[in-house]
Amino acid sequence: MTLHVNDISKSYSNNPVLDQVQLTIEPGEFIALLGPSGSGKTTLLRIIAGLQFADSGSLWFDQIDMTAMQARERQFGMVFQNYALFEHMSVADNVAFGLKMRSGKTRPSKKEIAKRVTNLLEMAEISHLADRFPSQLSGGQRQRVALTRALAIEPRLLLLDEPFSALDTKVRKGLRKSLRDLQRNVGIAAILVTHDQEEALEMADRIAVMNDGRIEQFDTATNLLRNPATPFVADFLEGLSNYMTEGAGI
Amino acid sequence: MTRQQTAPASQRPHPAIARLKRQRRNKQRGLIAIALLFAFFVMGLPVLAIFARAFQEGLGIYWANIIHPETLHAIGLTVLTALIVLPINLVFGICAAWAITRYTFPGRRALITIIELPFSISPIVAGLCYLLIYGATGLVGEWLDTYDIQLMFNLIGIILVSLFVTCPFVARELIPLMEIKGRDEEEAALTLGANGWQTFRYITLPNIKWALLYGTILANARVMGEFGAVSVVSGNIRGETMTLPLQVQLLYDDYNATGAFAAATVLTLIALLTLIARSVIESAHPHHH
Amino acid sequence: MKKAPRHILPGFGLTLGISLFFVSLIILLPLSGLFWQMGQLGLSDYWRILSSERTLAAFHITLSAAAMATLFNASFGLLLAWVLVRYNFRGKRILDALIDLPFALPTAVAGIALVALYDKNGWMGTLLAQADLKVAYTWWGIALAMTFTSVPFGVRTVQPVMESLDLDAEEAAQTLGAKDFQIFRTIVFPQLWPSFITGASLAFARSLGEFGAVIFIAGNMPFKTEIASLLIMIRLEEYDYPAASAIAGSLLLLALLVLILANFAQMRASRHLKKGA
Repeated sequence: MTLHVNDISKSYSNNPVLDQVQLTIEPGEFIALLGPSGSGKTTLLRIIAGLQFADSGSLWFDQIDMTAMQARERQFGMVFQNYALFEHMSVADNVAFGLKMRSGKTRPSKKEIAKRVTNLLEMAEISHLADRFPSQLSGGQRQRVALTRALAIEPRLLLLDEPFSALDTKVRKGLRKSLRDLQRNVGIAAILVTHDQEEALEMADRIAVMNDGRIEQFDTATNLLRNPATPFVADFLEGLSNYMTEGAGI
Repeated sequence: MTRQQTAPASQRPHPAIARLKRQRRNKQRGLIAIALLFAFFVMGLPVLAIFARAFQEGLGIYWANIIHPETLHAIGLTVLTALIVLPINLVFGICAAWAITRYTFPGRRALITIIELPFSISPIVAGLCYLLIYGATGLVGEWLDTYDIQLMFNLIGIILVSLFVTCPFVARELIPLMEIKGRDEEEAALTLGANGWQTFRYITLPNIKWALLYGTILANARVMGEFGAVSVVSGNIRGETMTLPLQVQLLYDDYNATGAFAAATVLTLIALLTLIARSVIESAHPHHH
Repeated sequence: MKKAPRHILPGFGLTLGISLFFVSLIILLPLSGLFWQMGQLGLSDYWRILSSERTLAAFHITLSAAAMATLFNASFGLLLAWVLVRYNFRGKRILDALIDLPFALPTAVAGIALVALYDKNGWMGTLLAQADLKVAYTWWGIALAMTFTSVPFGVRTVQPVMESLDLDAEEAAQTLGAKDFQIFRTIVFPQLWPSFITGASLAFARSLGEFGAVIFIAGNMPFKTEIASLLIMIRLEEYDYPAASAIAGSLLLLALLVLILANFAQMRASRHLKKGA
């Protein structure tokens, strides 16, 4: 269940956004794509999700070529920046969505779906929100629902696109830990896109620092701070050395 | 790390991606083709048919049909009606939009609903309403009759029903726009010493001029083309109270189809000009209507 | 102490006065004429007029043809709006402009144009005749004319809502395993539904009252191809104002009823969408 990103390149009308990006993510690992806006991190995540396709290069997961596989076939759970909840569905229906979309034999019975949704809501500690609509939720609750919805499809990989940017600073800190705990419990690898250095250093096992469509360095927080490979990395992470001791894994 | 070598680092786009993109493009093209075919068969063909039929006996006959005195008279009457109806509607539209968006008063919502009402009333029903109230035996008409004033079956009747069918057009364009703009700018102008008229002339009007033009163009198309309501109240007097659409019907029923289609080309051209003007205003001033 | 003026901007009395005067004279007074005339009639008169076979047939034809036109426009409206909002292609501006043709083209002109196309000598008429189909002077002609005049409603009500849709939701559905059609059915359409109802009801109301475009192609045979608006016109020409008013009143109430019901359905359907915004 290892993800290999091999020499992925992508450009928009001759403007290169990704330039031969290489990345390997091991099973169960939590990694962060960290970089300023415009560094290509979101594009890379969307290519991994199958929402966009690379101009060249390939994508392998679990020894299978996924380069041209459509998003709906990948079974990668994704949490969007603004959560992209289905506003016209209740929380329970949002979570059930992925299971209901399955076709033929792989689709569980109605009863089975209801049971699985109940369990998922319990695990995420949002059972009391089951019948609410997204418009009636707080920011933190919306994030919870988005995450639970992504986990409902039993994803093989979890993709997180700036999942904290829509929240205020107070809520953020607490949610970082609970998100990381949840990911550990489920035991799948996760990729977090963020422009927030603290967030990356605090949450990720390994961090890929991105700049101008390239990965400048891919390493643990401690190594990044101790041995920055390029001036950009050193500059980008300046003043954050106190994270060295805490390191990955809150 | 051994697996990484099994995955070829290709510099070419993946062939499966190309196939996927082609599939998507084909689906798009299919939907676009259906839309264009629909537009061609439902909207394009009738327009072509009008011109084909109008010119089928040659340019000379077409021209003779256009400059036929009755048709010319109908064109004149239609233009005259528009020239009278549009300014009245413009004044009403501005007043209604000003009152509705600049003040709060009881019945404000009701007033908006009433202004929109003509859109949902059948033209024939509208014409009938006018006959019933302003006709010689109608409530108001009977009283006016004692002073020898006739409102129906003449130009006044045509103007009145035209006002009815077009009354929502200008107001409906202005209300949402003026609502969004708010009254801050106007209040600022007042504090700077402008009077009410100056405030309107120099602050409000520049903001709403495109919406005004837009509403007026749509109203014009409706005035010149109104058929049902006008045919009820015009009296259909040959060479006198026939607007252009009525003339089209008259010629058609007289088995002068070529003449009818010739007259229809004039109205079709006005309609096409309306669409072009709409499209131009919309692309040049996308937020002003 | 002097009371502060209620309104800061001047012109309240003038503009509201003009508006009310105009609205009373041009809209309210004529409408009250219809209700006054209807009030003169007893219930038995209504029953006699409305239950006559000819009136019933006219209403049946009008309603069924309007329903057909609405069905057609609602579905094609969705497709046209989708193509206009989601795709870029050559001729898009022309297509966009052409959608409004039925509003800009006088109904009488549309009427004779449709006859010219669909009668036995017309381009479409000869084509259809080969397949033994007849549109002009039949119920299908009526439905066709109503379809033509109400095309814009189906497109223009749905289009702005489609433009404002959040594309993230559709991508989220993709990552959750939904196929394109499933996304349309479960994500896109439910959000368009309120505007879809509005568009359909407007198209239906418009079709109920359509006159100019229909009468040329309808054939106007009592009991077979005679619409309600034409029957009003015929009663008027016979100076049978009570009968004309009874039919007109029913037609008007029917149209208003459809619009009010649609308004309720629309409010119900959008209650979660609105709060979310």
